Amino acid sequence: MIGLISSILTITLRAGTSLVYATIGEIFTERGGILNLGLEGIMLMGAVTSFAVSYYTHSLPLALLAAVLVGAALSAIHAFLTITMRANQVVSGLSITLFGSGFASFLGQRLGPATNNHRLVGLVGAKFESFRIPVLSDIPIVQSIVSQDILTWGIYLLIPLAWFYLYRTRAGLSLRAVGENPQTADAMGVDVFRLKYAYTISGGMLVALGGAHLSLSYTPGWSENITGGRGWIVIALVIFSMWNPARAIWGALLFGGINAVQFRLQASGTNIPAGFLNMLPYIMTIVVLVLITWWEALSKKVGAPAALGQAYMREDK
Amino acid sequence: MKFYFEKRKALSVKAVVLVPVVSFVVSLLLTAVILFIFGANPLATYAAMFGGAFGSGRAFTETLVKAIPLMLTGLGVALAFKMRFWNIGAEGQLAMGGISAAAVALFASPWIPKVILLPAVLAGACLAGALWAGIPALLKTSLKVDETLTTLMMNYVAILISETLYYGPWRDPNGFGFPGTAPFPEAAWLPRFAGRAHIGLVFGVILAVALWIVLDRTRWGFELKIIGNSQASARYLGISVERNIVMAILLSGAASGLAGGCEVTAISHRLQQGMSLGYGYTAIIVAWMAQLNPIAVVFVSLLMAGLLVGGDQVQMMMGLPAAMGLVIQGMILFPMLAGSFFTEYHIKVVRSPKAAVAAGGAA
Repeated sequence: MIGLISSILTITLRAGTSLVYATIGEIFTERGGILNLGLEGIMLMGAVTSFAVSYYTHSLPLALLAAVLVGAALSAIHAFLTITMRANQVVSGLSITLFGSGFASFLGQRLGPATNNHRLVGLVGAKFESFRIPVLSDIPIVQSIVSQDILTWGIYLLIPLAWFYLYRTRAGLSLRAVGENPQTADAMGVDVFRLKYAYTISGGMLVALGGAHLSLSYTPGWSENITGGRGWIVIALVIFSMWNPARAIWGALLFGGINAVQFRLQASGTNIPAGFLNMLPYIMTIVVLVLITWWEALSKKVGAPAALGQAYMREDK
Repeated sequence: MKFYFEKRKALSVKAVVLVPVVSFVVSLLLTAVILFIFGANPLATYAAMFGGAFGSGRAFTETLVKAIPLMLTGLGVALAFKMRFWNIGAEGQLAMGGISAAAVALFASPWIPKVILLPAVLAGACLAGALWAGIPALLKTSLKVDETLTTLMMNYVAILISETLYYGPWRDPNGFGFPGTAPFPEAAWLPRFAGRAHIGLVFGVILAVALWIVLDRTRWGFELKIIGNSQASARYLGISVERNIVMAILLSGAASGLAGGCEVTAISHRLQQGMSLGYGYTAIIVAWMAQLNPIAVVFVSLLMAGLLVGGDQVQMMMGLPAAMGLVIQGMILFPMLAGSFFTEYHIKVVRSPKAAVAAGGAA
């Protein structure tokens, strides 16, 4: 029994890792007042580029670097359109997703070697391996936490750091001010435009890392639509976490857990049709979203940055 | 000398027409750079795409085949976006339309007279699409649940439902293991008029004109416009915001459901894999590029369908990925979004700092 729990926890954390990176990235972006619905496209692009780099160079650091750069480039487009050109944030984010998924699919059909018909599908590249720590890796449950690869270890650090940055530093205070009330932040001497750019772009970098985790660790390799809607689930997880990085872990564990249970049930050959199991994460997202919205309305607690989604104009009176 | 952005009093008509055209050209130029990097000749590629999509009668009918679902879903999305209801669930509403059409055509046909079977099948498709859009609409209007997420999540659910059905209980027992339902009775086939092009085109054009009339010439359309501009002023004027949003979104979903119904009754004559090639997502590009104008949707969907068909051609002829059509499509919205700034604002150049202060004060 404890073995079963331990193995489910291992898969849960592994499946939840990419969700944590993307959720924290999007929390920072939205804290600056910018809604980025381009996550699905950014994650796909992060996944395809990092896999291609790992295939050709066998260097995992370079693969991660490629993903981060691509994430920065795509979110910089979103930043330019929504901050400088004041475009509608919803439509701009949707275009990033549409472009990103189209381009990722193009690259997946073009970046591969001629021997594989220029495709990346079916190739094997370098991938992250789990650590084995003496003693700890032999204790059930503890082993699920420590016998993970460096990207999962990364989230153990990222979550407290992100929380500390947002709530305990001056820079975090400025960021929260920009998302709550940009006029006041501006009057306080905060460079609103620069901060919005900085956090949209750095948020996008973390999101792309989440994508890289999929193709370098969770399901190594490239396949069309490798994200399976994770970019959208993350948007819901940000709401679920009420824009607090410390709470990002719960959503990731919940959805990682659904993946793990799905995995176990399919492996054990249940007679529930696979289709219904595969629907679970999407139905759960809707249910969680309804519950959290309802709860927020009842408790009159709103976690969303007040100026989220609005273009900021200095001349606005 | 200083620059100022000043909000235009009225939208610039010149910019409204020019921005989509320029955006399309910019997108072609940007994609040409990508093609060049990957060692393909952009001009030859575009020529092949154009020939593949519009060069012959057969090519053009295939473009029409793809334009029909884009038109219907594009109209649905445009109507929803006009209300600032971000329905990105056209893909799922289309799938539900296909499922429901299949259910009526396969299982209810013995009890329905032949003459009204096809209308009944298509009505079933509209109803299912409307219901699938209605759930997020009700969640939004009653509990304020974010509709982008609910509509999108329901796409995955709808597609998984259709897969579960045609791989499982609805699979054709005489289909040699092929994942798909049995063929529909012929009375449930939507007639074709040239190649595979079918009279779904007529539905699309009629719906576009009807929507344009409703939005532009009727009281209801006027109310919808006010809600889209400002819900607060709509409420102040005594317009029922929630009821109108739900009604418009039911209509929006019905249009996408009809697209799915047409796909299964005119193209595949059964429910099977590959009913939708992401039409519901491309519909977002169609609607936005058409600037939410129903008549413009008709023409933009032809153009976007041309990119899809042309992309397939380029894959067959030049070995370039078919996803290239998607890259061009995905790129169109960036210059569109940057450009729509100029339909709403114009740049004011002020020469002396004193004048700038005066202009700033007057703005």
